[in-house]
Parts: sequence; C-alpha cells; structure tokens
Amino acid sequence: MKYKGELTTSVPLKKQIEKNKATGKLNGFSGSGRTVILGSIIPVTLLIIWEGLSRLEVLPAYQLPAPTVIFNTILTMAQDGTLWSHIGITTIRVFQGFILGTIVAIILGSLVGFYKKAEQLLDPMLQAFRSIPSLAWVPLFILWMGIGEPSKVTMIAVGVFFPVYLNIVSGISGVDRKLIEVGKMYSLNNFQLIKRIILPAALPSFIVGLRSGLGLGWMFVVAAELMGASQGLGYLLVLGQNTLSPETIIASIILFAVIGKLSDWILKLIQDRSLHWQDGLERS
Amino acid sequence: MSLELRDVSRTFDGKTAVNNINFSAKPGEIIGLLGTSGCGKSTLLRAISGLDRGYDGEIAINGTTTKAVHDKVGFIFQEPRLFPWLTVLENVTFGLKGDKQDMTERATKYLESVGLKGSEKLYPKQLSGGMAQRVAIARALVTSPEILLLDEPFSALDAFTKMQLQDLLLDVWKTHQSTIVLVTHDIDEATYLCDRIIILRGQPGEIDKEIEISEARNLERGSEKAAFYKKEILDSLDLNKQSSRI
Ligand SMILES: Nc1ncnc2c1ncn2[C@@H]1O[C@H](COP(=O)(O)OP(=O)(O)OP(=O)(O)O)[C@@H](O)[C@H]1O
Ligand SMILES: [Mg+2]
Repeated sequence: MKYKGELTTSVPLKKQIEKNKATGKLNGFSGSGRTVILGSIIPVTLLIIWEGLSRLEVLPAYQLPAPTVIFNTILTMAQDGTLWSHIGITTIRVFQGFILGTIVAIILGSLVGFYKKAEQLLDPMLQAFRSIPSLAWVPLFILWMGIGEPSKVTMIAVGVFFPVYLNIVSGISGVDRKLIEVGKMYSLNNFQLIKRIILPAALPSFIVGLRSGLGLGWMFVVAAELMGASQGLGYLLVLGQNTLSPETIIASIILFAVIGKLSDWILKLIQDRSLHWQDGLERS
Repeated sequence: MSLELRDVSRTFDGKTAVNNINFSAKPGEIIGLLGTSGCGKSTLLRAISGLDRGYDGEIAINGTTTKAVHDKVGFIFQEPRLFPWLTVLENVTFGLKGDKQDMTERATKYLESVGLKGSEKLYPKQLSGGMAQRVAIARALVTSPEILLLDEPFSALDAFTKMQLQDLLLDVWKTHQSTIVLVTHDIDEATYLCDRIIILRGQPGEIDKEIEISEARNLERGSEKAAFYKKEILDSLDLNKQSSRI
C-alpha cells in the first residue's frame, strides 16, 4: 500500500494505471455476476416491453404472442411429456449424425494427414464436395433413403464431417517438425510418434473442429426435420406454421438455442480440461 | 564411444552447405565446432545425429557406419523444443523407459542440477526462455547419452546460468565420459569446455583449422592462456583474412 502511494505521487500517469488496475481487481471479485447482470439488462427490458405491448394488444397475438404465452406453451408440453420426446428425438438425431460424421472424418482426415498418397487421391475430391452447398444434398438423400431416420442422420453427418475433417488434416499436417525430431532422437517408431507426439499436438485443432461440427449438426437437424418428420423440434416448427400458432414456433426456436448452447458448453468443458496446457489462445 | 566423419558433404537442392568434412573424436573427447553463421555447423550435427540422412560420405559411431539414429546419441537443440502438453517432469522423462518411480527419481535429480527443483509440475507455457532451455538440457542428459551433440545449447541463457550449466555439463561428462560435439558461437565457452576446436569457414563450409587445447578444462575462465587461444580463434575467424588454405 505504501509502495503504491509512493509511486502515485511521483508519476501521475502511473497513478491512473494503478487506479485502473485496482478497480479492475475489484471488478474481478464479483466480475462474472456483474457481467451477467449487465448483459441481461437489455434483454429483460425488451421482454417486459414485449409483454406489456402484447397485453395492450398492440402486438397481434396471432403473430407475436406474449413471452408468458410462449413460456406456458413450453410448460404445457413439458407437463404432458411431448416436450421431452421432441427434444429427445432431435438430440438423438444430432448425436447420431455427429458420431457418424466424426468417425468418417477421423478416418479420412488421418489418412489424408498421414499419407501423402491419400492426400493426393482424396483431398481434391473432398474439397470439390465441400463447395456443394450441403443442403443441396437433401432431395438426393430422400430419394436414396426415403424420408425416415437414415436420410436425416446422413444429412447431419455431412454437415458435421467437413469442419471436423478439415481441422484434423490441418492439425496433423501442422505438427511442428522440430517436435517430431525430438521423438526421432529417442528412436520412437512411427506408431509411438503418432501416439505420443502427433495426436497430442493435433488435439487442439481436432476439438475446434468438433465444436464447429456440432454447431453445424444443429443447423442441419433443422433442415432435416423441416423436410419431413413426425417428431422433433424441427417438426414443432412445421406444426406451428401449419396450425398458425407462432408460440409453438418461437418455443421451438428457444429450445433449439438452449440445447445447442448446452451441448457446445459440454464440448467447451472437455476442451478446457484437455487443453489447459495451451498457451495464450483465447478460447470462446 | 568414438565418432568418425569421413568426407562428409551435404548438398541442399544443388547448393553445397558443407563440403568434405573429416574429423574423428576419441571416446570421451569434447570437440567444439566453431564458425560463422550459415557455414553448416547445424547441418553437420544433424548428419551425425542421424536425423538427416541425405549427406554424402560416411559417419561411423564406435567403428560402425550407420545412417540411422543411434539410441546412445543425445541431442540438445538450438531451441528448447519441449512438448507443450507435458509438464516439465514429463518432458524430462519423455525418452526414458522402465519403472515410473525410477524415471521420476532420475528426472528430479537432473532437474535439480539445472536449478529447476520445484518446477516439475509447470507446463512449458509457464517457463521463461532460459528455464525452458534448462529443461531441454536436463531431458538430454537424463538418458546418459554416450555421444552428446549440442547445438548452441547455452546461447539463450544469461552469463551466470551459462557458466553453471557449462560446469554441469563437465560434471556429467566426468561421470559418463560421453563424447561431446559442441556447436557454439562463444569462444570462451569453446576454450573452457573443449579438448579440440574445429573451425569451419566459408560457404560451403570446410574445415579451416583445428586447435588442440592441451590444458583443456584446466584453463581458468579469463586466464591468460585462455586469452591466447581466444586470439588465435578470432584471427582464424576473421572474415577479412584470406582462408589459410587458399
Ligand atoms: N533444410 C535445408 N534446406 C535447404 N538449405 C538448408 C537447409 N538446412 C540448412 N540449409 C543451408 O545450409 C547452410 C548451413 O546451414 P546451417 O543451419 O548448418 O548453418 P549454421 O552454421 O548452423 O548457422 P548458425 O550459426 O546461424 O546456426 C545454410 O546456407 C542454409 O541455408
Ligand atoms: Mg545452427
């Protein structure tokens, strides 16, 4: 404290810096709570205004129902159990597609990353496929596999595949050659080099790929369920449109946002756990 | 272990980096490689280590010529090259095999001797440049290599740590009698540590001169005799001077 005082008297500029630091530290104590509060001011205000306008019937209920109405819709669905089956089936679809897409991406990505030949054979073709907007596959998949589960899961898997694949390839080929040389000095064989050096070094990139793959998975499940489903959150969207009930649509949108965020948060947790050694990189 | 280079040359895409290098090291000898930047010192060291197999000529370790990495050869690189996902301790035990307890004990001992006791659990991102290089030194010494190749191992360290680690290297050398090839820019370091100093010159690099230091390791730092060798080396490195062989 005394030291600080001395500093402040001698250099006015430092004083300001110290002061900023001090307040910064103060913020640090209640920092996360405070940012949550700050961040919710505008949404909460908007919700209240929205609710008020709906009650005053300024906003027509058949277009934009009140937040409480939407909330009640979700609540009713939760009570009669339909909510859980819709969420469940959508999550399972995303999960299956995610696993399928990831497995294929790991296999092809490793081949392309490790073998020059495989890269020359496969990579140009995959890059070409990548430039097809993925939703353009929809009619073809329906034609091939019908409107049931396989076409939906395949659809999602295609979405998941590309970011995971690209990140695996760049992760593996980006491994520092100098680190591999260290392994060679210890006479590690190829298998050990892969296990002890290449895989851990490529892990950050792989996890980034998983996270953006999952994000795309959630996007693609909407498309897949819009094209024809009898259950799932995407089906709720269609149902809401057909029965002219915007509250169902908005409820479904909100649920998509919540579970999408939740699944990303789980991956982020895994990322933080396994990559705590990483330097500097700001992770979002 | 002895080491012998016979007519070793290395050409990168038609451009010769080192040309016709011949020298040998007796078991337990410490050889210094000195020379201006770009004259092929690192190239030569990589050829000896077996990391680079594209050279011409022969390199014999203990009398047998081989181009593969020999598992009794250790290498300390110009940069630390630590694995960022391993702790300091795990980095040091990386190349060890066998009982975990044993490995940890050995590693701890070497970490202590490079002055990093208590840093075992840190990750490389938490180390300063000098600390990282000391971990790298411990990692190479812990396997007790019989031939130790060092590429400017101490150049990133402050003068004081540098001297300490030079003495550590000598300690290790005394117990294991490793054959050492040391690339350095530091003439004092070369005269302090080496039995023989090989001076490379030119592009492509060729051996210009060999200086035997008969009083090796009895030379005190900064002594008159050391200054004499230093002058001799400086003279032969002088870029204005015509190479003595031309
Ligand atoms: N992988 C490579 N490909 C092409 N040229 C190379 C390669 N490695 C080294 N060289 C060339 O070989 C020459 C010698 O390089 P080297 O790294 O051995 O120099 P050095 O003596 O270690 O220099 P310094 O003291 O700066 O470390 C340089 O001209 C360099 O350009
Ligand atoms: Mg070099």
